[in-house]
Amino acid sequence: MDYRSTTIDELRHLVSERAISGETVLLNMGPQHPSTHGVLRLLLELDGEIVVTCIPDIGFLHTGVEKNMESKTYQQAEVMTDRLDYLNPLGNNLTYCLAVEKLTELDVPPRAQALRVILAELQRISSHLLWLGTSGLDLAAMSVFLYAMREREMILDIFEMVAGQRMMTTYIRPGGLWRDVPAEFEDTVRHVLDILPRRIDEYESLLTTNPLFLERTRGIGVLNTQQCMELGLTGPVLRATGKAYDLRKARPYSGYEQYDFNIPTQHDGDVYARYLVRVAEMRESIKIVEQALDKLPTGPVRSSNRKYVPPPRSEIGVSMEALIHHFKLWTEGFRPPVGHVYAATESPRGELGVYLESDGSPKPYRVHMNTPSFANLQAMPVLTKGHFVADVVGIIGSIDIVLGDADR
Amino acid sequence: MGINQKNGEMGVVTTKLEDLVNWARTGSMWPMLFGLACCAIEMMGAQASNYDLSRFGMELNRASPRQSDLMIVAGRVSRKMAPVVRQLYDQMPDPKWVIAMGDCASCGGVFNNYAVVQGVDEVVPVDVYVAGCPPRPEGLIHGIVTLHEKVKKEKFKDWASK
Amino acid sequence: MNETLQAAVQSLQERFQARLSEFRGEISLLVPPEHNVEAAQALRDEFQFEMLLDETAVDYWPQTEPRFHVVAHMYSFIHNTVIELRFPVDGNAPELRSLVTVYPNANWKEREIWDLFGIRFNGHPDLRRIVMPYEWEGHPLRKDYPLGYEEVQFSFNKEQVDRHKRYGKR
Repeated sequence: MDYRSTTIDELRHLVSERAISGETVLLNMGPQHPSTHGVLRLLLELDGEIVVTCIPDIGFLHTGVEKNMESKTYQQAEVMTDRLDYLNPLGNNLTYCLAVEKLTELDVPPRAQALRVILAELQRISSHLLWLGTSGLDLAAMSVFLYAMREREMILDIFEMVAGQRMMTTYIRPGGLWRDVPAEFEDTVRHVLDILPRRIDEYESLLTTNPLFLERTRGIGVLNTQQCMELGLTGPVLRATGKAYDLRKARPYSGYEQYDFNIPTQHDGDVYARYLVRVAEMRESIKIVEQALDKLPTGPVRSSNRKYVPPPRSEIGVSMEALIHHFKLWTEGFRPPVGHVYAATESPRGELGVYLESDGSPKPYRVHMNTPSFANLQAMPVLTKGHFVADVVGIIGSIDIVLGDADR
Repeated sequence: MGINQKNGEMGVVTTKLEDLVNWARTGSMWPMLFGLACCAIEMMGAQASNYDLSRFGMELNRASPRQSDLMIVAGRVSRKMAPVVRQLYDQMPDPKWVIAMGDCASCGGVFNNYAVVQGVDEVVPVDVYVAGCPPRPEGLIHGIVTLHEKVKKEKFKDWASK
Repeated sequence: MNETLQAAVQSLQERFQARLSEFRGEISLLVPPEHNVEAAQALRDEFQFEMLLDETAVDYWPQTEPRFHVVAHMYSFIHNTVIELRFPVDGNAPELRSLVTVYPNANWKEREIWDLFGIRFNGHPDLRRIVMPYEWEGHPLRKDYPLGYEEVQFSFNKEQVDRHKRYGKR
């Protein structure tokens, strides 16, 4: 039985009786489709144009990351975390490093914490820009896509200047950062922050009061807070129903408690509300980055605990202990204490958690990523019931799924 | 292209059929939208205004395989997705080319395990491999230009065997 | 630990013989697997742990008693705390009752545990494979399942690997 022959018999318990009698049509919105953001397969049961049920079928991007990380040391395994939610690689790195630091009780110097906040918020802005571009493209607003990618290129240039790579940087490492930022970092970031608010106003002028956009997004895919909590949805989807729950305020990490920002919420819980929440979040992120840049402390950017953090190269030539530490860390890796931790951060899609269990060996015993896209995608049958097929496209865009996140 | 001087004034140009057809094929090669994972984001970045792909003739990304010539496999191919890739490749009409974009499509990349096909050339024949994780948009453009040069060297006798 | 968490821990310890362990400021309760639904229901109804954050499993092969631990994290918005419940499950044909009646979002998470570990959930409405292909045999995340590592092709073993590797044809 391969994927082409999934018949009604296997799905009998999921579709209504009308499908079996032939009154409704089973349509396959297949893995390769311009509007499913990645390889998502949706089986839609249609009564004319109206969706009766929607059965998502994931797994087309399953990469076996959790099993692969068990055969690599902690430093090598971090490289794989970048590629899970590929629109938020710095956020994935940060969550993994928070879990490792919680497990090993590593200290992180304040300059590293501030820089982590700056980079995580810039990553959030770039992820929301891409969301805006692609969901606008799905709803046939093509110029928004081109404008959003223009801003995103500026932020990717900052990442390239800091870490050498545009997307999969692996810049945030256990104990701090890989290396200090160059001298022109602050000026470049301030220049980008100057330009961004006017550009966000430009996007809003294109979409927020556009009658076509309002027609296609208002009243579509409505959820209320009780349904969100039952279905386990977090992130902008939950905030659009009215609940002001943001991990950066509820269980702050990496120094977020020092910065002053609001949590934007809306009350309708439909696609339009989620759009407004994300655009407002972009503006809040700009505020956070400005505050962090103003308060940026000086000092080292990586912990000096040589059992877990490699020494700088200048020390290796002169100190015997530094050479031994470097050798041990690169051949064997560090050995954390036995135990298990759960660390969570707020990714642009919701709550991203890492469950890390160690048995004292240099390789992690079990790493589980609790990803927001996997949790948010469960709500698809509830969200699409009773809507037209054309609305399904808008709804998928509004929950902002990334299939690398969902399939791991 | 050989231009006959005398006939050039009358608006007539003589050339080989191969050169003409290859030039036409490279001039408007339409890629199929086949972004799987992270490389798809860089492919979208290459398509957008900063590194424009439409100056190479790839103005549109066709969603339907029946209307496209080029399949850029951007991202890791999992074992569940491999038969889908093959079916899409079979649905594309001749002439067709495949670019394996990124490390995961070329050789399995970072992931050497049960779930990822180690290189999409286990499933479809590949013409150009572009390395990088993910390759920069300029890297993808270099791959496309290499493919254009490869197409320009195609010979008449190869068409007959397709 | 604040008072609600303390009260919850105490109640679970008395009613279900749960064992407490604290590590790095996190509370973890080892609950016998027969009482998993009742423990989760008590947490949701009496102590307002409204959301299930995560449900996953760990394999401790070659240790067979217990071989798996099913781990569930719950979060309470009102008290802003996370609690972890662990259910030890034995090796051959492991089974548990499903938490879907208490937390509806356990649906996909338990499908994933069935797919990758082979732990059956009784009472689950739709137990099918979710991330692996439909006809896949075996449960990949178990420790006795091989990684599926393919030999890397360098220049010294180029021809050897080429002989075994399949290449797609036109």
